[in-house]
Amino acid sequence: MSTSTSTSTSTSTGAGAGAGASPGPSPAAAMPGLLRTGVARIGVELKTFARNRQAMFFTFSLPVLFLVLFGAIFHGEIKGSGVDFRQYFVAGMMATGIFGTGFANLAIRVAMDQDDGTLKRLAGTPMPKGAYFIGKLGSVVVAAAVQSALMLTLGVALYGLRVPTDPLRLLTFVWVFLLGVMGTSLLGIAYSRIIKKARAAPAVVQPPYLVLQFISGVFFYFGSIPGFLRTTASLFPLKWMAQGLRSVFLPAAFAAREPGGAWNRPLTALILGAWVVGGFALVLLTFRWRGRSDEG
Amino acid sequence: MIEVRGLEKAYGKRVALAGVDLTVEAGEVFALLGPNGAGKTTTVEILEGFRARSRGDVKVLGVDPARGDAAWRARIGIVLQTTGAFEELTVAEVVSHFACFYPRPRPADAVIEAVGLTAQRAVRSSELSGGQKRRLDIALGLVGDPELLFLDEPTTGLDPVARRQTWELVRSLAAGGKTVLLTTHYLDEAEALADRAAVIAAGRVIATGRPRELGGRHDAEAEVRFRRAGALAEPALPELAGAVTEAAGLCTIKTAQPTQTVAVLTAWAASAGVAELPELTVMRPSLEQIYLDMIADHDKAAQS
Repeated sequence: MSTSTSTSTSTSTGAGAGAGASPGPSPAAAMPGLLRTGVARIGVELKTFARNRQAMFFTFSLPVLFLVLFGAIFHGEIKGSGVDFRQYFVAGMMATGIFGTGFANLAIRVAMDQDDGTLKRLAGTPMPKGAYFIGKLGSVVVAAAVQSALMLTLGVALYGLRVPTDPLRLLTFVWVFLLGVMGTSLLGIAYSRIIKKARAAPAVVQPPYLVLQFISGVFFYFGSIPGFLRTTASLFPLKWMAQGLRSVFLPAAFAAREPGGAWNRPLTALILGAWVVGGFALVLLTFRWRGRSDEG
Repeated sequence: MIEVRGLEKAYGKRVALAGVDLTVEAGEVFALLGPNGAGKTTTVEILEGFRARSRGDVKVLGVDPARGDAAWRARIGIVLQTTGAFEELTVAEVVSHFACFYPRPRPADAVIEAVGLTAQRAVRSSELSGGQKRRLDIALGLVGDPELLFLDEPTTGLDPVARRQTWELVRSLAAGGKTVLLTTHYLDEAEALADRAAVIAAGRVIATGRPRELGGRHDAEAEVRFRRAGALAEPALPELAGAVTEAAGLCTIKTAQPTQTVAVLTAWAASAGVAELPELTVMRPSLEQIYLDMIADHDKAAQS
């Protein structure tokens, strides 16, 4: 509570002083732009997120718990590859963390915004519509970055994961992360449309997320998963995010153990990019500022 | 400020609005009165640009709400029926956040003070009482310093004290020259706040006027009633300007001139040696009664 009080004071005095300083009614004050309102939305989204215990638990505590627990249960190398399964698993957990923060978290939060009237309220102001999406995506980028850093730290400390120095690998991390965040976030926003009541959201969001985690090579070596499930997983971004992150953190020789015997970065970029475009199109098609019809 | 002509709205075959006409002048507090499902919210949401209409001409601040852009939105303030968003944020945070969407916002602290939430400015909105939440909603509608404020059922679900406080707030807005369109199904609310009101039933405006004149209440016949007891039981009644009925000693005069009637009766009673008319009452039909009659009449007309 003490942090909330201090932030609130600084925020409001900032806005208040700004408004108070404007000298009388000028004939045409400029409408606040997309950038300014978008940044304000990111700030509010992050504050809301940080004060929501459920969101904090699912985004930070649960992945850490999984990482430690599964690390204690599974160990040993993947069939003569010389790679500790736990390193394989850390890359997968980072991918699934990004997926959860984008898809599951946003699907639920947008459904809540729909239910409690936040969307309708915002639509009733002159806020540029894009600012809402900037706020959602921006807050997911920040949350997912913190989460990835947390898991990377644990992976390095507990399972001997090596932080790459090769610029190509670092660059790969950046685009896998950004394309992954954007694609899964847009997918989450679009998916929120099929949630009827925010209270029921987790039950609608978790099944596809859980299934994808199990078939995309997160908890199990992808090569050990039945062919038709591998094919299904290949249609969705999580498998490619996990594979992309393995290409960042695992030794080059492990590429031989990936599908097709290679990291396949170009195809990964193509599919993750396609999900960004597709997710954007889905959002445009499905997003509604007004809630479900409430006649009166 | 608001011009509505022949507004219609249909959802498939169901007709929600069957031709609504309204004019709201600048500086006026205008109430849209009606029972639930009459079309109040549909009308307001069309005016706010949230819903598309099926037919009719609508101008809000000279602009068709269906084409209202950000500059138009900056000139109106909207207080929705729902409450309870932004639970994790404090009052000050929510208000200053909304301020940043407007070109010329009022200082957040001034708005918070105007709605009486200064003591709660650092309290999270999830922890506010129902009345405080409603006042936060109103603060969000006011922070852009709008010319026109929409208030959709501002006091529904509030306890009597919170309701009075909200009324005071709306009165202070009106005194400050704001134009307010409010919807309500409470007649006393329309009477307490509105300069003019329109009664809407089954998608039509069935009456418009000053709340006290709605349904012709100001010149409706009053009922003068007293008991013919004691010395008044026998003497014949004087000539009275109204219809007289007597039942079980209770004498009722329906009249358009209740004051004169009482004066005549008083003189008549005095001549019989009685100074006080027993159980004297003068009643005008309540707004409630007229309203219910209007809606019942309308329903009857619609069915025949």
